Amino acid sequence: MALQDYRDIIHRCFRCGYCKFPTNHIEANNCPAYARFRLESYSAGGRLWLIRAWMNNEIECSERLARIVFACTACRNCVERCPYRFSDEIVNMIVAAKNEMVDRGLVRSTIRNFLENVKKYGNPYGEPRETRGKWADGIGIPRYNGQEFLYYVGCVGSYDTRAVKAAKALGQLLLEAGVSFGVLGADEDCDGNEVNKLGEEALFEMLAQRNIEQFKRLGVTKVITLSPHSYNAIKNDYPKLDGQFEVVHATDLLRDLIKSGKLDVSGGVDATVTYQDPCFLGRWNKEYDAPRDVLRAIPGVKLVEMERNKSAALCCGGGGGNFGTDFLGGGEESPARIRIREACATGADILATACPICLTMFQDALKTEGLEAKLAVKDVSEIVAEACVSKKASTTD
Amino acid sequence: MDSVRESLAEIVGQDYVSTEPEELYIYSRDLGTTEPHQADYVVAPKTAQEVQAIVKLANEKKIPVVPLGGGVSLTGIVVPLRGGIVLDLKRMDRILEVNERARYVVVEAGVSQGKLAGYLEKHHRNLIHSEPGAPPQATIGGNVVIHGQGDLALYGFNSDMVGAFEVVLPTGELCKIGSCSLSPYWFSRPPLPELGGLFLGWLGATGIITKLALKLYPRKRKRDVEIFVVEDAALVPDVAYKITHLEMAEDIVAWSQELPPLYRGLHNINIVFSGDSEKELDFKREVICEDTLGAYVRGGDGGFLDLQPEMKGRILGRPQIDRSTADIKKGGGFEYVGAIIPVDCYPECWREGVEIAGRYDIAYTLLGRIIGKCHAMMFSWTYAFNRADPESVGQARQALHESDELILKLGGVPWKPGVHAQKLILDTMEPNTLRLMMKIKEALDPNGIMNPGNWEVQ
Repeated sequence: MALQDYRDIIHRCFRCGYCKFPTNHIEANNCPAYARFRLESYSAGGRLWLIRAWMNNEIECSERLARIVFACTACRNCVERCPYRFSDEIVNMIVAAKNEMVDRGLVRSTIRNFLENVKKYGNPYGEPRETRGKWADGIGIPRYNGQEFLYYVGCVGSYDTRAVKAAKALGQLLLEAGVSFGVLGADEDCDGNEVNKLGEEALFEMLAQRNIEQFKRLGVTKVITLSPHSYNAIKNDYPKLDGQFEVVHATDLLRDLIKSGKLDVSGGVDATVTYQDPCFLGRWNKEYDAPRDVLRAIPGVKLVEMERNKSAALCCGGGGGNFGTDFLGGGEESPARIRIREACATGADILATACPICLTMFQDALKTEGLEAKLAVKDVSEIVAEACVSKKASTTD
Repeated sequence: MDSVRESLAEIVGQDYVSTEPEELYIYSRDLGTTEPHQADYVVAPKTAQEVQAIVKLANEKKIPVVPLGGGVSLTGIVVPLRGGIVLDLKRMDRILEVNERARYVVVEAGVSQGKLAGYLEKHHRNLIHSEPGAPPQATIGGNVVIHGQGDLALYGFNSDMVGAFEVVLPTGELCKIGSCSLSPYWFSRPPLPELGGLFLGWLGATGIITKLALKLYPRKRKRDVEIFVVEDAALVPDVAYKITHLEMAEDIVAWSQELPPLYRGLHNINIVFSGDSEKELDFKREVICEDTLGAYVRGGDGGFLDLQPEMKGRILGRPQIDRSTADIKKGGGFEYVGAIIPVDCYPECWREGVEIAGRYDIAYTLLGRIIGKCHAMMFSWTYAFNRADPESVGQARQALHESDELILKLGGVPWKPGVHAQKLILDTMEPNTLRLMMKIKEALDPNGIMNPGNWEVQ
């Protein structure tokens, strides 16, 4: 919907501030942008009041207003916590404001670059399309050719040096479990989830349609995703564009593969692990159990929870394209750094996640916090892979 | 660059000071009907030392300073009436100490009610604080400088529950009040001469509380609520008197509202009680509901609502969640006038409240919370408005002003008064009292920088 279509709703935000809290109220900064800046303007309510002020010509669209609006990671904590009936529309209203700013050319160069890179190269990094499938070189992952599953990796898993390791780990696990699957390699395109949440609706539709056409042409019916962001787009947005696919997130499939004995994790991992719920798996798609079930199935793993978990989890600060635009970085109170400190406070050896964006955000934050000796950041797939490797090693011995 | 902005940035860091139109827009207004006044600077300090440095700078430059907590007081007391610096204290949000045995907590003033409730729930399940029926972002510091009350009103005002505290004076000195001025413990202000009254209830016009001890109370394992309903407003003070005599209810709130129509004309009295066992809870329920209020039921004068678990959960939930008031008109706004008034005034407060709301075409929403053992009542007249409709906002404002006048007429005192109610108070107040207040203000704040426009004789 266009921003103007929200005119009858947007003034209904009272700015009561529930949107800042997690469900257990343990902190007052569960909106990642508010956590970073601690000014009312950066809370969901403040943002809605400013957007309305802009609609009413009380303030102009400045670079700062754009920054405030685009700092929203679309984590949906506000939606989860707002007590009012219009709560489902909060993120939609913010995305509509982004859309209006994009359409009118009012956005900063960081956002423009992100979108232009996706448009030109199919990824936000501006990396060549031809190198998209390079992550899979030399590990025997087949091209998609009518197998049961398409393994859709996404931009971050394909290009980011840290996330590539998670993409590989998952690919190798699928091979080991004998799953019938293939990848698109250089022909994979951006899923468009972040583009959509950045308000570039037309580009999103173009990407989605291109993906849908390709999937259909290749006969894809089932999709495994590494990223919850891809999962969200394919599950919730593609059907609106006539793209009906059975989509599973990696952790859901891994749970089944372990349960059915196709993956043998009995080698175990001797570690205390805490888990970060990615927003697009948790709050957007209500999947809180699968990753935890996978971790609990690994012998030696002691799963401990951070005080803010599941629907109360603090976002890593990377959603809504912020992993690229980096509006929330650069300070002790960046959400990823807060989260690293919280993970450390549990006494965990590993902060696990199930999202390549979380992975890269936390890896950077871990370095900045200087806590690499105390904590490791890993994707759930990587931990499962370690358990499988341990098993193989012990068998070989 | 503005030299004041530069100095503020040196104190708190660039990220936490703003002179940008976006922050000035947000911090120039509150959530109620008060007209906005332009702020010049927005600053979010992290420590008492930063607050001191800001206040010293403001004194030097004669710039007003408006301390802001959760910003949900609604009556305009955090609107920068003379511009200047709005000091958002919510970054000062550390819970510093819980003394289990002496049952108190020491917090920074910007700790939210929600955070403290969540913290105690998680880490000290046998302790509870009196939580106001406000959104969870209301702060501990903000609530005590307005003499707030909460869901342990049995024990009095929340400002009665303040132990020792630390305050930045309007001239920039950091001053400790009570036991913490000479002892490591923050438990008490007595037996020292009472200096707390120089700051509590002053709406930030005499200093900025930065750290405080708050009394905690035994948290029983189980809580329950019954709602007793009467049609005759005159019965409400009687019921409240009888229940408070039992000393079994931790919160008694009478409410009456026009919408939904099912509730129109009724007085619903929430009686919250608690116990460590079902046996204790059953005993209290029997004494309250049957032994004490049974006569009203048998006489056909009242009855108990059949409460569904969802409604009980909503009433007993901490922090409390109000899902409706601000959206009655699908307009995102409401403001209420509160009075501290004798409980016996309930019928007149209600009757006149219904009339005022009717005059302004607003569905009435009225509430009286019993404080102490019927020592006082906080009665509120709430008026919803549509934020997008200036006429609706104006009507609510007029209704609020009429309610301010009503409070004085009935012998009450406006609570957390906005400028309109403050003027009524100061005009009505005995002259020597007024002079004493003004002398105190002048002595503490010689440059008149602290939340100017409040507690001022025009």
